[in-house]
Amino acid sequence: MDALIVDDLQKHFPLRSLVPWRQPRRVHAVDGVSLRVGTGETLGLVGESGCGKSTLARCVLRLIEPTHGRIFLEDEDLTALTEEALRRRRRDLQMVFQDPTASLNPRLSVAATVEEPLGLHTELTGRARRARVDEVLEEVGLGASLRDRYPHQLSGGQRQRVNIARAIATRPRLVVLDEPTSALDVSLRARVILLLAELKRRLGMTYLFISHDLSTVRYLCDRVAVMYLGVVVEQGPAAELFEHPAHPYTRALLSCIPEPDPDVVPERLVLSGEVPSPIDIPGGCRLRGRCPLAQPVCAEPVPAREIVPGHTVACHLV
Amino acid sequence: MSDLLAVSDLTVHFDTDEGVVQAVDGATLRIAPGEVVGLVGESGSGKSVTALAILRLLRPPARVLGGRIELDGRDLLGCSEQEMRAVRGSQISMVFQSPRTSLNPVLSVGRQIERLLVRHAAARPGQARERVVEMLREVGIAEPERRARQYAHQLSGGMCQRVMIAMALATSPRLLIADEPTTGLDVSIAAQILDLLRDLGRRTGAAILMITHDLGVVARLCDRVVVMHAGQTVEWAPVRELFHAPAHPYTRALLRSIPRVAGAREMEPIPGWVPSLLAPPPGCRFARRCALVRSECGVSVPVHAVGEDHRVACVAVEASQWTR
Repeated sequence: MDALIVDDLQKHFPLRSLVPWRQPRRVHAVDGVSLRVGTGETLGLVGESGCGKSTLARCVLRLIEPTHGRIFLEDEDLTALTEEALRRRRRDLQMVFQDPTASLNPRLSVAATVEEPLGLHTELTGRARRARVDEVLEEVGLGASLRDRYPHQLSGGQRQRVNIARAIATRPRLVVLDEPTSALDVSLRARVILLLAELKRRLGMTYLFISHDLSTVRYLCDRVAVMYLGVVVEQGPAAELFEHPAHPYTRALLSCIPEPDPDVVPERLVLSGEVPSPIDIPGGCRLRGRCPLAQPVCAEPVPAREIVPGHTVACHLV
Repeated sequence: MSDLLAVSDLTVHFDTDEGVVQAVDGATLRIAPGEVVGLVGESGSGKSVTALAILRLLRPPARVLGGRIELDGRDLLGCSEQEMRAVRGSQISMVFQSPRTSLNPVLSVGRQIERLLVRHAAARPGQARERVVEMLREVGIAEPERRARQYAHQLSGGMCQRVMIAMALATSPRLLIADEPTTGLDVSIAAQILDLLRDLGRRTGAAILMITHDLGVVARLCDRVVVMHAGQTVEWAPVRELFHAPAHPYTRALLRSIPRVAGAREMEPIPGWVPSLLAPPPGCRFARRCALVRSECGVSVPVHAVGEDHRVACVAVEASQWTR
């Protein structure tokens, strides 16, 4: 069964209009994205700044309301839920943010931070909650000696573990991880990735993993969706996508990652310029202004096609 | 070849309320003219402090306790502040991590570069404006005339970094220190900036000291690498040797700790934590994290040559036939 289905999701942000009689222009942050995440699966959502990946995540959690489209969490349409019903469903839908410090309340101890969602979303008694807190802290590798510490007394890696503990305390159906390792140093990054992989294996966690770090995505994800300017341009199993990237954008992204091996001479597919504004999006393929392979046909709309079972690409030239 | 820059036994302490932070402990590195040297290590390894010490930009509570920093054989630690001002910018310049905050927000970027050119007498006032446009074009900025009139907040992060690089190279320095110049930039922009640095380095003949925690950047850009851990330099090697035959246990652990795009390979974090620099262990500061630890590790850190131009500061590594 799918844990999460995103169907034709759109999120537009209207800009303030300079003159009142004109239709305000809109930022097309997410512009028709469809995704599935199977139970126990990790889907990596990659793309550069401004591609809409974080907006998509916030829509999935209904932290912001999507303009159009539907989101199903295990067959329940989240976009149709009332505020109250959504609040009851929150225990199944948790998030870990990028900045481990800013996402913790500085005035709550580790134990109080992890206990908070249990108090809000479960019927557990105080004693059962405290037992659960100890269990979760153990699961994320934080010793009981840290339970009464405050965020400022913890290292960056420990703080991110507290964030993860808080997110998994209610045993959610889906955890959205928004760049959880990008604020961390190399050795801490490795530890957090391994922790996430272990939690997935032991507890069957389902993740939507948002990152621009392709090597981390490669390590942790089962499937990957690549976003560019509000749309998914390529989607497929991680090994397949990394070994046989088909879309020029995916190939360009991969060719930008310097491999830690001086003998690897990467394919350099260089995109010209920078990501255009998501306000006036060109018709047809959104990459065509920057794509070294662009042809006249690229001005036509591009539907996603399946090139290998499970591997879809939206490009005329593939 | 004689060295352009030679840092030896550099020791830097910070006086804090909690005690003395021994941030850099005997750092040693050499840069030949025109080469690209990578300086890698985790946060707190002393990379940036070393860079600031080279430029003599450390201010109290930092104290340089000892060592030599020689540029073309001249000891920078012995220079007066006035002499240093002539060295900074014209001999050694620096590109920082956050380009937007390094630019002056109330001056247009063109005006900033102009000031710099006039200050270093690299252009006469009348010609400065033309030279600015030319320089912006050289670092790959489209519509340089228009961009020169804009302010930092109107430029993207990648463009700000290009402006910084243009400014750093404006006076044809012999050494460019780049401190994590691509951190915070998107991957495609970061790749463009690295290409730009390498090309400009080659074209102008400037040597580059590339400070980074990203071993991929090192592999792509550098000729030689210096690895630092907790304020100590632990290994110096040509880039291919460092990746194919890392000798120091820390370098090996660092290489094992990074996930790779090229394939699902086992990844293991570096054991333990960077020791507190308030009371670092004597001898090798990696000893407590090291699987090969011996009793001698707490006493001294001998430096062995294990290959041509490849040195490692470790008791456990056998000196090879290269030892002289």
